[in-house]
Amino acid sequence: MSLENFMSDAISPWMKENGPDCDIVMSSRIRLARNFENRTFPLIAKAEDLDDVLDFFQESYQDADFNDRGKLQFLRIADLSPIEKKVFVEKHLISPHLAEHAEEAGVLLSESEQVSIMVNEEDHLRIQLYLPGFQLRKALSEAFEVDDWLEQKITYAFDEERGYLTTCPTNVGTGLRASVMMHLPALTMTHQMNRLTPAINQLGLVVRGIYGEGSEAQGNIYQISNQITLGKSEQDIVEDLESVVSQLVEQERQARETLTEELSIQLEDRIFRSYGTLRYSRIIESKEAATCLSDVRLGIDIGYIQDMPQSILNELMVLIQPGFLQHYAKRSLSGRERDVLRASLIRERLHLENN
Amino acid sequence: MECQECHIRPATLHLTNVVNGQKTEMHVCEHCAKENGYVSYGQEGYSLHNLLSGLFHMNPSTVQGHKHFSQAPAALACPKCGLTYNEFTRIGKFGCASCYETFEDNLNPIFRRVHSGNTKHEGKIPKRMGSGIEKKRKIAAYRESMQQFIQEEEFEKAAELRDKIRLLEQQSDEQEEGDS
Repeated sequence: MSLENFMSDAISPWMKENGPDCDIVMSSRIRLARNFENRTFPLIAKAEDLDDVLDFFQESYQDADFNDRGKLQFLRIADLSPIEKKVFVEKHLISPHLAEHAEEAGVLLSESEQVSIMVNEEDHLRIQLYLPGFQLRKALSEAFEVDDWLEQKITYAFDEERGYLTTCPTNVGTGLRASVMMHLPALTMTHQMNRLTPAINQLGLVVRGIYGEGSEAQGNIYQISNQITLGKSEQDIVEDLESVVSQLVEQERQARETLTEELSIQLEDRIFRSYGTLRYSRIIESKEAATCLSDVRLGIDIGYIQDMPQSILNELMVLIQPGFLQHYAKRSLSGRERDVLRASLIRERLHLENN
Repeated sequence: MECQECHIRPATLHLTNVVNGQKTEMHVCEHCAKENGYVSYGQEGYSLHNLLSGLFHMNPSTVQGHKHFSQAPAALACPKCGLTYNEFTRIGKFGCASCYETFEDNLNPIFRRVHSGNTKHEGKIPKRMGSGIEKKRKIAAYRESMQQFIQEEEFEKAAELRDKIRLLEQQSDEQEEGDS
């Protein structure tokens, strides 16, 4: 397969579109946790109960048309190869938990991969909806559409007092986790993220790295999400998150301006050194690649690097992950082999842009 | 000490393996440890989960300094899925929807801690059971603002709300009759 074809396969179709504030906010995500009323939650359910749920999804939703989004596809995790599972995780279509621990699990995907519904994760259903850029409200209303549509065939576990009942007490109520993926190189370079993170935490929001809990902020990409799910309406949760994200966007823009004004030549040097590394290196680790990609993306955003699409960071950040590299090589690779392939893929990808 | 796998980074993890009394030691960096699967990468969530179950063990009655024992006997079990209260506090997760009823008496302190003081759901209601609950909520909200208007002596506005409440209550009565 040519790299071009592979890339177009590798990147979810929805990621190729631009959204509002997409120079800083890469994507918006809404996740809703739901359970069946009369079934034991997946955590302690017996295998045959879990299989029942999978069969129900297979029968009810395989090839179902969801509004105008085209057909949905239902996949059983057990049918995926280990590398395919990794790729799904790296594309954020399924969680690491689903890939690693769930034998009797599945995922229902829309054609654009914008909607992914995990089945038998910690909860029976985890509805996820992605939009490019900063569009939390729109994502929420679209996720509600999916929720209402599913509900036509499913009776959810719900209590008037406690709301949607979930396996973990941290999700009860709305079952909502709203999050944004933000590229904050200037705030990180100026060491402001260290100061801002505790402040954001105090507002009931969580700051994490790109691959969720416990992961570090690879490539200056941060995931910011709500923590509280009970006692606040979905709209309020989303609005609170939105107001913090808008402020961060503002601060990041200011920090970028200050950097370009005060450290113009140093910044330009750093960006072009990183660009050079990506263009010419023969061995590159994912961490270094992520750092360089972040620099190059910043260079594109502030106009130092031209004729390069902004989406290159989103694309290559996924492509340089171990799962993807092995998917491309069609076999498992040692650490060194991966570093070599990573360097060569990045070179080839940048080369495509210049022709 | 340098990592014995890559010989580049410093070794930050020191692993000791004992197989049949044979002890082997490994000194590797975090990167190589992950790469070679010496440490599993499914450990995320571990700290949060442990924190949570730690919270549950904080018995509400001891926290408030009362002398009496907790209402929930450790053996209390969910009739539906069999999860005991003991297990619930250990794993920090519910087993099914009925667990919420079974452990109801002990949940408020937990929810308050996790959701910064909140214990009651606001927000979306499933369409299926929606209309009844929504009406109840509307009535409660109207009542509240009616009281407000009365206190501010805006009786006309209060009367308007009173009529709205009556209308809603009538509707739900009719519905109930229709249902039975």
